[in-house]
Amino acid sequence: MKPARLRIRERVSGAVFAVEQGSALLPAMEAARCQAIAVGCRNGGCGVCKVRVLQGDFDVGPMSRRHVSAAEQADGLALACRLYPRTDMEIERILEPVARKH
Amino acid sequence: MKKGVLRPGHVQIRVMDMQQALKHYVELLGLIKTHQDSQGRVYLKGWTEVERFSVVLVPAAVPGMDFMGFKVIDDQTLSRLALDLAAFGCQVEHIPAGELDFCGRRVRFLAPTGHWIELYAEKEYTGRWGVSETNPEAWPRGLRGMRAMSFDHCQLHGSNLPLTRELFVDVLGFHLSEQVLDANGNSVADWLSISIKAHDIAFVGDGNDGAFHHAGFLLETWETLLRAGDLLTMTDTSLDVGPTRHGITHGQSMYFFDPSGNRNEVFAGGDFHYPDQKPVTWHEKDLGKAIFYHSRMLNERFLTVMT
Repeated sequence: MKPARLRIRERVSGAVFAVEQGSALLPAMEAARCQAIAVGCRNGGCGVCKVRVLQGDFDVGPMSRRHVSAAEQADGLALACRLYPRTDMEIERILEPVARKH
Repeated sequence: MKKGVLRPGHVQIRVMDMQQALKHYVELLGLIKTHQDSQGRVYLKGWTEVERFSVVLVPAAVPGMDFMGFKVIDDQTLSRLALDLAAFGCQVEHIPAGELDFCGRRVRFLAPTGHWIELYAEKEYTGRWGVSETNPEAWPRGLRGMRAMSFDHCQLHGSNLPLTRELFVDVLGFHLSEQVLDANGNSVADWLSISIKAHDIAFVGDGNDGAFHHAGFLLETWETLLRAGDLLTMTDTSLDVGPTRHGITHGQSMYFFDPSGNRNEVFAGGDFHYPDQKPVTWHEKDLGKAIFYHSRMLNERFLTVMT
């Protein structure tokens, strides 16, 4: 059986793209040639693809605690490269300033 | 060399998933696993390196670099440099022998860029991996992936570049091999060498204190670099840039990310820089060509994405 194709909408850009269930959100966005979210290391380390989940269910992989604290994670913040949608989702990108937080 | 600092000796890199990290650093990069300590840290080396380890991976919730270490010529030098570093105004810590297995005592200091740099004089000498000390073969069989030869350098980002240059040149005996000057003639990036390599450490003054831009690993040739690029695709590894050539150092290079988002470079070739040579100067307005000599275009990711 083919995995379900889930619909993802990024609120700030209005972009819509599809992610197969079981796949991470950011590479699916790149494959769709969509540029709604900044692409950095793609591996949970750099934080530039941070998003807020407005609607939908998802799982996450390991993310740098510098960029997503436990409290933020509980609040629906995640790195798109480590976000695995389980349902259709609405998300909102968060453009971090270039200078990093300490 | 004039102050007794010999060469880069090790780097400790934080990773979020050790199994994934080992798949990357051992199977893909081709480093050799030589030890695992009681803290769960894994010790690795490139096959040409003569000491027990040069890369230490440590499990952590935040990726990045814990410290980079340089080898000094003897224990007396280590004691003298500890005093010199303190006199310069650095915060200095003394790490006892055995905190890293197989490594003698270390003197660790906080660079003005917010990075912990350390010095050591002794580490277990195991010789090159897989080849004899006498009548050695050209290379050992059984190398994996990109067959990285050695850990070579780090690029680190932070503040206080002039003070950092002064520390590395005056206290530690490095020489400035290349620099990027802004329109006012101030350096925004320094490449520093303790050898005749174009760099052993690089600092970029962007204010991101403590940031880890990349660890560089040596490959043999341009062709090896292309093969490394093939392996990135075969393993679906996150690519940053390349293979291409740098203007700065003129090395041939490729950048990619480990499974925790730490950037790696593999490179081949590049200029020599003897201590009596004047620094090579690049202008910030030509930074595209300075960094990526062929495309002459910077990508935003290369400048801003770090761990």
